[in-house]
Amino acid sequence: MNDNMIGARALMIALEKEGVKEVFGLPGGANLPMYDELYKSNIRHILVRHEQDAAHMADGFGRVSRKPGVCFATSGPGATNLLTGIATAQADSAPMVAVTGQVPVAMIGKDAFQESDIIGMANPAVKYSYQPRTPEEIPEVVKQGFYIAETGRPGPVLLDIPKDVQQNEGKFTFPDEVRIPGYHPWTDPDIPSIEKAIELLLSAEKPIILAGGGVIISSAFAELQSIAEMLMIPVVTTFKGKGAFPENHPLSLGPIGMHGHAEANKIMTEADCVLAIGTRFSDRSVGTFEEFERNLKIIHMDVDPAEIGKNQTTSVAVVGDVQASLRIMVKMLLKKALKSNDGSPWSKHVKEVKDYWRENLKIHPGEMGAAKILRKLREVLPKESIVTTEVGQHQMWASLFYDVIQPGTFFSSTGLGTMGWGFPAAIGAKTARPDVPVVDIAGDGSFNMTEHSLATSVLEDLPVIVFLINNYSLGMVAQWQRTFYDRRMIGIDLKKCPDYVKLAESYGAQGIRAQSMDELEKAIKSGLNSDVATVIDIPIDPEEDVLPFVAPGTSLKDMILPS
Amino acid sequence: MWAILSIKVENKPGILFKVTHLFRSRNFNIDSISVGVTEDPKYSRMTITTIGDEKQIAQIVKQLDKMIDTIEVRKLDENNTVYRELVIFKIKVSKPEDSMEINKLASAYGAKTHDAKKESIMVEITSTPHEISAFEELAKKFGILEIARTGITALQRSKH
Repeated sequence: MNDNMIGARALMIALEKEGVKEVFGLPGGANLPMYDELYKSNIRHILVRHEQDAAHMADGFGRVSRKPGVCFATSGPGATNLLTGIATAQADSAPMVAVTGQVPVAMIGKDAFQESDIIGMANPAVKYSYQPRTPEEIPEVVKQGFYIAETGRPGPVLLDIPKDVQQNEGKFTFPDEVRIPGYHPWTDPDIPSIEKAIELLLSAEKPIILAGGGVIISSAFAELQSIAEMLMIPVVTTFKGKGAFPENHPLSLGPIGMHGHAEANKIMTEADCVLAIGTRFSDRSVGTFEEFERNLKIIHMDVDPAEIGKNQTTSVAVVGDVQASLRIMVKMLLKKALKSNDGSPWSKHVKEVKDYWRENLKIHPGEMGAAKILRKLREVLPKESIVTTEVGQHQMWASLFYDVIQPGTFFSSTGLGTMGWGFPAAIGAKTARPDVPVVDIAGDGSFNMTEHSLATSVLEDLPVIVFLINNYSLGMVAQWQRTFYDRRMIGIDLKKCPDYVKLAESYGAQGIRAQSMDELEKAIKSGLNSDVATVIDIPIDPEEDVLPFVAPGTSLKDMILPS
Repeated sequence: MWAILSIKVENKPGILFKVTHLFRSRNFNIDSISVGVTEDPKYSRMTITTIGDEKQIAQIVKQLDKMIDTIEVRKLDENNTVYRELVIFKIKVSKPEDSMEINKLASAYGAKTHDAKKESIMVEITSTPHEISAFEELAKKFGILEIARTGITALQRSKH
């Protein structure tokens, strides 16, 4: 195509060419030309009440669809409001394209009204950013931006477009391909390293697989399961990798880490060789780096070469897309005569430990204890339902007590730990997958931060369920104050404000308070059948702790267990 | 460990900011930095000297390599590299014979002198950091008034 048009029009065409059907955003002075062209385009606009929510929605959309979610904001505060959402997507490698308006080129640097140097501010939080200075650059930067956002290790890309660049006319060429000389997102699978990895894994006495978020990003579920089953190796995950492997599988031990499953942490620390797939060895997952790698041979598979050796010392590094690497591993293993690990002393031991903890982990005795309500949620929800979480105690309880059966249906802000992420992300997920139920497992403190997205959910017909585990406090902080600060409780009491049933109703959503298991089951079912968002307010004991608990700066071995 | 990194980047605005920001946000050190355009005006070369243990240096190289604007990142082998820094010293002249002695010292180091005044003289020296330190030590007895340095720039030697 080679037409005269304004930059904003070219932007819409370029977005449509990338397959964009929805954008999440909020208009303002510096992006009005974009909105005027959005009005004329076939792209659906989903209006938010705060730009941070638009970024989280785009993030949720991106994680579920594995295509960049798109968010729009104006210059200045509109752009800075996106920042938390952009940083969240970066920390969790989520594909996103954020488009901000900027003051006109001639005004940049003049401290103009609603001017912010968003390119500078966002720099460490984006995978890449562009500020086109002429309309003609727009098609190329959109094409490059999408390519960068969704390939290799995905991440957010920022397009900051000055207002005059949006509204000036140009002659446009829309490229079909991009060439970025310094960007090589894929490397061919490293076959010699995969061979070495197999050798090491087969010679180990106590092997384990640690699956990270990379398995989910590259959809390597089938390959992971094949390898685990062929070798009969137990599988633990990071929290980001939760649901990379079906958690009802006999080989599954669940997530390791600060609030990992007791059996997962225990077996992880006993293993002598780990196949770690698509993980960056976060401190929250591994505890102290030195302790974690003591007596442990690490095989590290990752798409990002910079993750190799960053936190842990590796014996074998396999750089490349993890799905491609795992596929080759499966093929190589098929050619080998494998002795089954089944019945080995290690296998038996793993099973014993798992059985022990599955039976003996003490949970809260009350009817509405966290374990019980989350197990109820699992029981009632169809297995294909998508779950997001907020950040806090409820998130860690979800990790412990909500089993993901269908891989790739659980999403959380794991890296940045952004309170308020879960609800808008659930709305984004629902946009990507309107055919399945979407539930935000929430805490009251977190939900409070982005609850105004109820308006978007209701008005845009994107009904999700907010499973609000309500302890009327900033529960995780309260737990740390109880544990480490001798119960000097400060800044954590939310004093039963607001009333979440009334709040939901005021937005035209459904609000239900569930104070018994019966009421809870009915509420979940009502939410599943509802045409509008449902907030299920579930009051719990504010003193309930998340256990097990590995204190920060300690080893997984030093897990605090419920007494 | 001291390392010289040679980084070929796209010659676009904002890249220097991104590279230095990476050092800051990843808790790496920049000892010196010099930047200039290459034989191809599309690219610039940054020469950064940094200090860290082997693991850190490897991480710095990987993180720089990961940057989309970097075309090539190399840790130069000191023994196989021509590396130089240009430093200008303003040295105090307290008595007339100082001037002569400073001139002698400068010529011993292949340095040039400029701006010879009654109370000071400038010496411009281009050499390795080691040689420059040696010069600096010797110049101290006159009193060093000011120093400006470019940071190291370097090119790897050809194999043949």
